[in-house]
Amino acid sequence: MAVQTSAPPGGPAGAAAGVAAGTRGLSAGRIWSELRRLPVIPMFILVFLLVIPAIFADVLSPHDSTIGDLDRALEPPGWVRDRETSQVVVQRVRDKNPNEISINNARRNLNTGVANLVDANGNGEVDLGETVVRMEEGGSWEYPFGTDKQGRDVLSRMMHGARISLAVSCLAILLGGILGTGLGMIAAYRGGFLDAVLMRIVDIKLAFPSILLALTLVVAIGSGFSTVIIVIALLLWARYARVIRGEALAIRERDFIDRARVAGASNLRIMMKHIFPNVFNTVIVLATLEVGHVIILEATLSFLGAGIPRPNPAWGLMAADGREVITSSYWIFMFPCLAIVLTVLSMNLLGDWLRDRLDPKLRNV
Amino acid sequence: MQRFIVLRILQGLLAVFVISLIVFALSRVAGDPLAAILDDEAGKEQIERLRQSWGLDKPLHVQYFTYMRRLLTGDLGVSFRWDRPVLELIAERLPATIQLSAFALVVTGIIAFPIGVLSAVKKDSWFDAGGKMFAILGQSAPTFAVGLILMWVFAVQLGWLPTSGKGGIKHIILPGFALGYYNVAAIMRLTRSSMLDVLDTEYVKLARIKGIPEWKIVWKHCFRNALIGPLTYFSLIFAILITGSVVIETVFAWPGLGLMVIEAINSKDHIVVQAVVMLFALLYVGINIITDITYAYVDPRIRYNQ
Repeated sequence: MAVQTSAPPGGPAGAAAGVAAGTRGLSAGRIWSELRRLPVIPMFILVFLLVIPAIFADVLSPHDSTIGDLDRALEPPGWVRDRETSQVVVQRVRDKNPNEISINNARRNLNTGVANLVDANGNGEVDLGETVVRMEEGGSWEYPFGTDKQGRDVLSRMMHGARISLAVSCLAILLGGILGTGLGMIAAYRGGFLDAVLMRIVDIKLAFPSILLALTLVVAIGSGFSTVIIVIALLLWARYARVIRGEALAIRERDFIDRARVAGASNLRIMMKHIFPNVFNTVIVLATLEVGHVIILEATLSFLGAGIPRPNPAWGLMAADGREVITSSYWIFMFPCLAIVLTVLSMNLLGDWLRDRLDPKLRNV
Repeated sequence: MQRFIVLRILQGLLAVFVISLIVFALSRVAGDPLAAILDDEAGKEQIERLRQSWGLDKPLHVQYFTYMRRLLTGDLGVSFRWDRPVLELIAERLPATIQLSAFALVVTGIIAFPIGVLSAVKKDSWFDAGGKMFAILGQSAPTFAVGLILMWVFAVQLGWLPTSGKGGIKHIILPGFALGYYNVAAIMRLTRSSMLDVLDTEYVKLARIKGIPEWKIVWKHCFRNALIGPLTYFSLIFAILITGSVVIETVFAWPGLGLMVIEAINSKDHIVVQAVVMLFALLYVGINIITDITYAYVDPRIRYNQ
């Protein structure tokens, strides 16, 4: 979107910088120095971890993301080779699935009952103190990141999960951004009672732990894709409202607003054509700074069972599934968790960079 | 000062009132609260009787006042998942949450302040860079991911600590650290920047000229003054603890209020969810007021500005 600058956003300093840049022109050296400052690694990670998988999930993913092959459940990642493990049985364990869990867990002190400990060949009872040798099957490259409890491909689910993360964060930020920016501009422009009430609400809203509000909302309207987006948007708007109000208050006092009013522009027109373009940079910076936050929120809500419903492949849901089998199958929780951390980290770095480039005033927001 | 305290408490009450309105409104937006607990076989007459006994046939504002009166007298209703008074459930679960949060707070204090101070003293060193990495990672990792990764490394792989549940001191270490991590990251950076400001002041230079040993300057003269900055964030720390405890208790099956909320959500037990949210809100507003008053006490400029 072209930013119509009725006045340069940075005031005199911004104008001066513009002139300086103009005289230097677009020499090769300048382009290079600009390029060098780009946060390349974060952008690279974002593109390959979030954007490409999200857009091309249907084409790229090797398997179905929601229907698995139960015969191939809990297979480790492709690079894991077959190996023999020997463990000393410390304590006998009773579990719903003795064959699956007992030996694997013998080293640790799970503390209930007697179990049928079975040796490598699947027969015989094993006593305490005996060493059990077991064949741990490796993975195959058919499922590069392994499979989960229902035999679904972790990689395919992660790709579709990227789509969910991206879609939820874009839509939620768009919705929250529109709501917050609109209310912020109106509060600044109209002032008075409306302004006071709105800002009080913002204070209370900003002060309250957001997950709790989200949980209450989700209980009230039931979980689902659109609920998550609405809930997150409702959590986001307050910050926009406060920042944009602050900026709009300063802009309202400028001469060109008065002139527009004298020229007969309606309130709506002044807000949309004269105030909005001047706060647009701030809106964009806030939006990028929020993406990481929103991805974490969505993942956390899904992890808690109050976000995206099963069997959708959201990263948070995958982590929750992985938690159940964390003692035997690390790959189910590990890869989604790493994906979240890397994405959010990159997004934060990118947001910081963009803020410094576009709107250094926001440093303390 | 008295005026400030009264004003602050009034503001807090207003916040609690608004939150109670929201919580109440949400419980009604959800549609008929009875629908969640009654199955299709319930007869019309039966529904009507329940509706009357719960006061659901009265106008909304009347329902709200009844709800508030009950809250104020400590009658939080009966959970239909556990079939017990909610107050009893909360009393049973609250100590575990307080234990965990207190442990996380202690961890935060012990780790964050020394690292923050040292990062400032050794600015731009490898130590500082490492601290920065640690902090950035802390802000990018969701609490549940921190919890799961810690659990996998220290409980599953190394087998040093139990994976979940509540028991001895060993059980609290992993959830405590996971809960504290985000706060450690935040407080560390805050301490560092406010230490940097203090280290740059005239009285520190004077102390140096006087020949006071450096460790004494750092810990006695600077650290105390640098504490004021992070202090303002105490309410924020508390908010993070509340949010985090819901997540961490779910990860580590820690039997506190957070886990109870999640269990209640999964079985659509609105009454429990509302009660706990109200409780957290009250706690939060209370802590906020105390923080503000303490801060105004420490830094007189605040109270005159209000």
